[in-house]
Amino acid sequence: MEPAHIDRTVMPEAATLEAETSTSPARDRRRPFAVRSLAPYGYISPTMLLIFVLLVIPIAMVVSYSFQDNVIVEKNPVFAGLANYTEVLTDPVFWTAIKNTFLFITLSTIAHLVLGLAFAMMLNTGLLGGVTKAIFRIVYILPWLFTIAVVAVIWRLMLDPFGVVNYILTTLGVLQTEVNWLASPSTALWALTFINIWSGYPFFMISLLAGLQGISSDLYEAAAVDGANSIKQFFNITIPQLKPVLISMAVLDLIWTSQQFALIWLTTGGGPLNVTEMLSTYTYKQAFSSYEFATASASAVIILLLTMILAFFYVRQLRER
Amino acid sequence: MNGGSTRVPSRMKRLLGVVTAALLAVGAVGCGTGTGEESTGSQQEGGTVELEFAQWWAPELPDGSFQELMTQFESQNPNIKVKLLSGPYASTKQQLVSGAASKTLPDVVGLDGAWVNDFAKQGALTDLSALMAEAKYDESQLASQIKVDDKTYMIPVVNFVYPLFVNEDMLSKANVKAAPTNRTEFLDAAKKISALGGNVKGWALPLDTAVPNGIQNDVMSWLWASGGTMLTPDGKPNLTSPPVKSTVEYVKSLNDADVIAPGSLTMKEQDKVEKFTAEQIGMMIDSLAHINLIKKNNPDLNFTVAPIPAEDSFTGKRGLPYASWGIGIADSTEHKAEAFKLVEFLMSQQANSELSTLANGFPGNNTAEPDFSKSDPLFKTAFDIYKEGYPANEFVGLPKSEELMRTFDEQLQLVLTGKQSVDEALNKTQESWASVI
Repeated sequence: MEPAHIDRTVMPEAATLEAETSTSPARDRRRPFAVRSLAPYGYISPTMLLIFVLLVIPIAMVVSYSFQDNVIVEKNPVFAGLANYTEVLTDPVFWTAIKNTFLFITLSTIAHLVLGLAFAMMLNTGLLGGVTKAIFRIVYILPWLFTIAVVAVIWRLMLDPFGVVNYILTTLGVLQTEVNWLASPSTALWALTFINIWSGYPFFMISLLAGLQGISSDLYEAAAVDGANSIKQFFNITIPQLKPVLISMAVLDLIWTSQQFALIWLTTGGGPLNVTEMLSTYTYKQAFSSYEFATASASAVIILLLTMILAFFYVRQLRER
Repeated sequence: MNGGSTRVPSRMKRLLGVVTAALLAVGAVGCGTGTGEESTGSQQEGGTVELEFAQWWAPELPDGSFQELMTQFESQNPNIKVKLLSGPYASTKQQLVSGAASKTLPDVVGLDGAWVNDFAKQGALTDLSALMAEAKYDESQLASQIKVDDKTYMIPVVNFVYPLFVNEDMLSKANVKAAPTNRTEFLDAAKKISALGGNVKGWALPLDTAVPNGIQNDVMSWLWASGGTMLTPDGKPNLTSPPVKSTVEYVKSLNDADVIAPGSLTMKEQDKVEKFTAEQIGMMIDSLAHINLIKKNNPDLNFTVAPIPAEDSFTGKRGLPYASWGIGIADSTEHKAEAFKLVEFLMSQQANSELSTLANGFPGNNTAEPDFSKSDPLFKTAFDIYKEGYPANEFVGLPKSEELMRTFDEQLQLVLTGKQSVDEALNKTQESWASVI
């Protein structure tokens, strides 16, 4: 047989690639060592520079502000050591904000997971037809499509003492009198958490639905053959298979919810009587209401450290996967 | 083999290109943030100066009307151009806070009286007293000036007063003959309106702590209407004085009488206006600026404006709360003289009349008269109330005024929820304010 003939006019790129590959070691040897070793850094330099300018410098500035007194509003701020941290950590409102934030993000994340999984399983079931599923998919995802400003306005109107929620509950006899859901110190935090759960569960639902659709039906069939009922299948197949997604989503949600600001600001503003004060609103008020940018920076650094703990678990989870 | 020798420079070129692009991008970001002390105004070719004017006024005026005023100014001052930097109130405030911190404020800035003290203390605003003296400007024509340490940093251009809005149909239904003029009459009217049933209450008190201006507009207005003050003559807090205590006790009595719309503790100003428009409350203290909005949303609403009720025995001039569109000049601008020309123009009799007519506000120039011929008749009524009394807003010019309001707000909320007495609240607020003022 004749040896294969490579037509270089037909395959010029392939031929060039072949030539390059075959001569690469020789060429590399001729390139100066500095060029060879610096080239990769050159390629990542645009990203590194942008990260440096947009991330590292602002964070470094906030950290440095947190160690100065009357920063920004004074022309010549002085080094204050840990005074701002002491002030923040001895402020009872800060600890109220910590407690509220903990309750808010924990309850929101648990509810997001439970509701998201429940609705995802409903949309993944074989018991419903395609059209029904499509309708429910649209209905379930609606809250996620609204911007947070719209969510805040809708729920402020619905939870008004003379709003539709009180009307329904009093008409049904569940309540005897109207409740100030967002204005009463005893209900405001729970009402706010409920709104956050409502607006955030669809993202979990979509992510978990994708995870559910990735589980092989063979596993369920084998379990059925072995006599496992639905509950056993759920706990021994569904949950273990979804575990990586569930953990990642939970950690991400903890981080995202801890940064929630707009919803709180637009509904309760941290009130009444600080019962919905969160770390985000506390820091904002320090900066833009009290003009205490130094204590605001100290508070922001504390939030950063708390968030980094969550980020650490998230990264470790990713590595394990 | 030749290909190898040409590819190294080619790769190097590409690499250099990428790095250069990155450096340019970073450089552009750096340039965009300014360099601290630089002026924002620019000297253009032919000696023309371009002034930057940041304000929230243009978006609140009829389309293009503020730009027309600027065109008038430019035609009178051919060597000065004005570049408007317009945005909503809240974002303008945040931009100015950042600009004041980095000394990159635009040449001329729209100001709220509540911001002035903080900006002046930062050295971000220039002393207008010196500029007025330099330009031999007649200060007597100004209705008011906002001073810090005896130096003027803001001149109110247009004032928006906060009278009592009254739903006349509700008053009639409740058998109240006329708008209340004193506190007893107001409580009585509020009770009768609340007794109409349904979801109706006599009054609304927005105490949301995110924007705590309800303390200024809806609480302290009762004090000022009776000629009271929350400060000592030397400007220190005086919250434990009998007039302030009487005011807070009166607000508490309204709450105890259940005549205030529910949801006060997180109610915002816009909620109050919506409730009045939807006839869920019979009376409110609000800005005249909302008249057109109310009429647009409920054309059939029959309402009027009246002076804020005073203490029963009070016979003096009544203070009327107000908010201003104020103007100031950045200390960092290199074009202070040109910037002051713009201030002079806006405060001139003609331009000030025109602007206050457009804004449905009252002029900052004493000699200017708004043209009410095309306005709602209620503006004329309000202007008469304004002229009979005096503009009163003691938060203007105070340091951290929003924080002061919030502190008062939180203590008042504790009073209204029965968690502490009026005396305890005022003592705590006094202590807190004393550390700021």
